[in-house]
Amino acid sequence: MTATDLSWVVPLPVVVPLSAAGLTLALYRRPRLQRVVSVVALSIVLLAALTLLVLADDGPLVVDVGSWAAPVGIDLVADRLSALMLSVSAAVTLCVLLYSLAQGSQDDEESAPVSIYHPTYLVLTAGVANAFLSGDLFNIYVGFEILLAASYVLITLGGTGERIRAGTIYVVVALLSSVLFLVAIALVYAATGTVNLAQLAIRLPEIDPGVRLVLQVMLLLAFAIKAAVFPLSAWLPDSYPTAPAPVTAVFAGLLTKVGVYAMIRTQTLLFPDGRLDDLLMWAALATMVVGILGAVAQDDIKRLLSFTLVSHIGYMVFGIALSSGAGWTAAIYYVAHHITVQTALFLVVGLVERAGGSTSLTRLGGLARLAPVLAVLFFVPAMNLAGIPPLSGFLGKLGLLQAGVQLGTPLAYALVVGSVVTSLLTLYALVKAWNKAFWQTPETEPRTVRLPFGMVGPTAALVGVGLLLTVAAGPLYAYTERAAAALREWSPYVYAVLPDGQRGQGESVEVAREDELRDHGPGVEPSTPGMVADDAGGEG
Amino acid sequence: MIDMSPNIVLVVTIGVLFTAGVYLLLERSLSRVLVGVVLLGNGANLLFLVAGGAAGRPPIVGDGDDDRRMSDPLPQAMVLTAIVITLGMTAFLLAMAYRSWQLHRHDEVQDDVEDRRIARLAARQERATTDTDTEGVVQTLDEEATEARDETDEGAPARVGAGDPAGTGDGSSDPAGSSAGRGEGERP
Repeated sequence: MTATDLSWVVPLPVVVPLSAAGLTLALYRRPRLQRVVSVVALSIVLLAALTLLVLADDGPLVVDVGSWAAPVGIDLVADRLSALMLSVSAAVTLCVLLYSLAQGSQDDEESAPVSIYHPTYLVLTAGVANAFLSGDLFNIYVGFEILLAASYVLITLGGTGERIRAGTIYVVVALLSSVLFLVAIALVYAATGTVNLAQLAIRLPEIDPGVRLVLQVMLLLAFAIKAAVFPLSAWLPDSYPTAPAPVTAVFAGLLTKVGVYAMIRTQTLLFPDGRLDDLLMWAALATMVVGILGAVAQDDIKRLLSFTLVSHIGYMVFGIALSSGAGWTAAIYYVAHHITVQTALFLVVGLVERAGGSTSLTRLGGLARLAPVLAVLFFVPAMNLAGIPPLSGFLGKLGLLQAGVQLGTPLAYALVVGSVVTSLLTLYALVKAWNKAFWQTPETEPRTVRLPFGMVGPTAALVGVGLLLTVAAGPLYAYTERAAAALREWSPYVYAVLPDGQRGQGESVEVAREDELRDHGPGVEPSTPGMVADDAGGEG
Repeated sequence: MIDMSPNIVLVVTIGVLFTAGVYLLLERSLSRVLVGVVLLGNGANLLFLVAGGAAGRPPIVGDGDDDRRMSDPLPQAMVLTAIVITLGMTAFLLAMAYRSWQLHRHDEVQDDVEDRRIARLAARQERATTDTDTEGVVQTLDEEATEARDETDEGAPARVGAGDPAGTGDGSSDPAGSSAGRGEGERP
């Protein structure tokens, strides 16, 4: 690869937040210093992610961790898809962090223990980055566990009765999906003898199709729970709304998208034959329609947004299930769009709650007069989510519709219709929320609250990022097109990780070669002693 | 070719662990759920052992002098990691169960509040939400049409229903006054 000199950037999004998490934990008595460390760490992550975004356009960057060559060692891969996800998530996490800093300094009466917030939040970012960058199925699992463990702490922050209740549902469901994922990995290993994604891509087509189908179903099941795809989505609207606004925002933006990312990665790289596409399409349709009907029925604005979140996961699954370059392009673009928009909306709702004193739509009212800036901040991402032209939501949906029509099967047409209906119902739900929260005559004389700039600023920045996705849609869409093309070609990823189709780069290759020369033995599969220490030490 | 025929004892044990784990996971008490998660986790770990091939071989043999007798170390490394993760999750779940007991004197997983509310309303055949735009207005459109008059009607005042406090026309008047009137009808 041309950019090998810069491949040291690849692990930064994982290493920097993890180190900063340790540092902030040590500095728990010094809240001011904690904040500085967190902001600096996440800024570095953002810079690293943007660097990767540029570099990955020339081809995937691969790092074999600890110089252990790829199939046995763990590798981190930054291709276009990973780099794009990473950049968007880094921007979002930084904005949410700034927002939560301002909120933390505003209300001291909130029982949230701020000293634990920073380390946990940083661990969460590290887990998300690890899941995005990992080129190894088991390491994806570890990334998931890192971010889930952090999210358990964040969702039960303060340990109030309400949050424990919501957290219980969340934790139990997440644990179940983790066990499913672990079982799937064990089965994958039993069937193929590897968990490296690139090597799996080579070996999976060689095994029995029936076994392959089982593996695919198991992995999809685990990811579908995480991504909240319809029959497995009931946990989400129950658990998300009770958490503090910034926590809900970052969960809504990122955690489900990590599941979607894992689905894209496994579907494109490991199971490109698309045997479950029809099933996925049905799931996508059900997710869209059931989710948005739930949103229409809601009275609490946080729950309403949680249901739209579930509903719009359906669009991404639709894009994945199309199994065409156009479908994947649109799905990737839609993920980037949805992360920013959904997070922005939840941040705005945090401000609405602060200004109106409630999240219930029957109690809110008159906010348009009270806080005009807030009205604009809500209106733009809300219309963006509903897919009003010319905003990025419209572009993403248009791409999906085009790809659906291109496929041309009856089911694809049903989904095209379904997504248009969902889009309209989203518009209906959000306009209803808008009318009630901003135009309705309030029940009581509203108290005037000054919204702190520290909270409005990051929210506005995030709304701005959403608009940027619209303004820069041309280059961005071209980028996702190239990302999807690389996924479709399938070989760039595999040969970046395993240049000769057998082993990656790293010192252990030379050691192994010397061993082979000396011993002339054919060797058992992983012929690198010392693996145990490397694996367990790195993750334990 | 590695011998991959699994040990029947292991397979049966995995089956038992998963069955018991799933059963316990469906319980309401959080501590039973916790035991269920632990059983499931251990079942998954055993599955990794099966995935690693036949048992009874040492994981690392010297410099690989007789490498045919070496068992696959990779699944064992993964099991180690999985055990550590399960330990952490178990600790967290325990803490949560304890916190739940502290707060409520029980550790049962509670229903979602909103779900409960909707279920209660459904049992009473009531609607989940009220629509302020229509609910406060007593008249239907037909009734309104019969009352509405314009200048073609001779000698009548412009509108009959203008004095009605729940009328639709007063949205632009002072918010404090009208909100009292509209607020009553929404929430019984």
